Amino acid sequence: MADQTLDAKGLNCPLPILKAKKALKGMQAGQVLEVLSTDPGSVADFAAFCNQTGNELLKSETAGDVYTFEIKKT
Amino acid sequence: MLDSADNTKKMSIIITKGTLDWAYPPFILGTTAAAMDVEVTMFFTFYGLQLLKKDLDLKISTLGNPAMEMPMMGMHMKMPNIVSAIPGVDRMATTMMKNLIKKKGVASIPDLREAAIESDIKMVACQMTLDLFEMDQKDLIDGITLGGAATYMEGALESDINLFI
Repeated sequence: MADQTLDAKGLNCPLPILKAKKALKGMQAGQVLEVLSTDPGSVADFAAFCNQTGNELLKSETAGDVYTFEIKKT
Repeated sequence: MLDSADNTKKMSIIITKGTLDWAYPPFILGTTAAAMDVEVTMFFTFYGLQLLKKDLDLKISTLGNPAMEMPMMGMHMKMPNIVSAIPGVDRMATTMMKNLIKKKGVASIPDLREAAIESDIKMVACQMTLDLFEMDQKDLIDGITLGGAATYMEGALESDINLFI
């Protein structure tokens, strides 16, 4: 499903967001970026990031200690 | 993505402090705002100018920081002001902080500053502070502009968020 995956596990705020932004920059509109994170704050942060930038948050899931996000670039 | 220049949100931050701990809030907020398509100006004045030096040698001080606690040997160590008077304590606290930063996956200040440059954050160094402390622009990183209070005000007046740190 995802066109690209960013492993941000072990990184703390604001690195998952900064790295996601960088990855999205190199992608085409309509493509999906999957982000893996272990930072509990990233759940609220990716929602806010997508809300503000207009990118679509397709998925925000928790499995154990890992949070998975899918962001569709608009 | 915002395409109309009129819709672009703007933020300014005045940075007045130059210790390792105080370097975090402005660089974290600045880089994150830029990632959220906000146009950011960072104005470095007084001790904040230390954060623009090519050679970053940032330290923390336990002095005047009674709320500071650091995890050590399975407990949290308080830092009473009197402790700062002991030679080597600030250096030890700085080393402990840097180790924690690495261990917890927190970005380093050089990394965050690099991210700030990459995301086109406008960085302004206070000309008056350079004169006052006899600092040389050659010791500061490239790509910064020099300016004064009027430069800051011009940007601040059209900003949605103005922070003083």
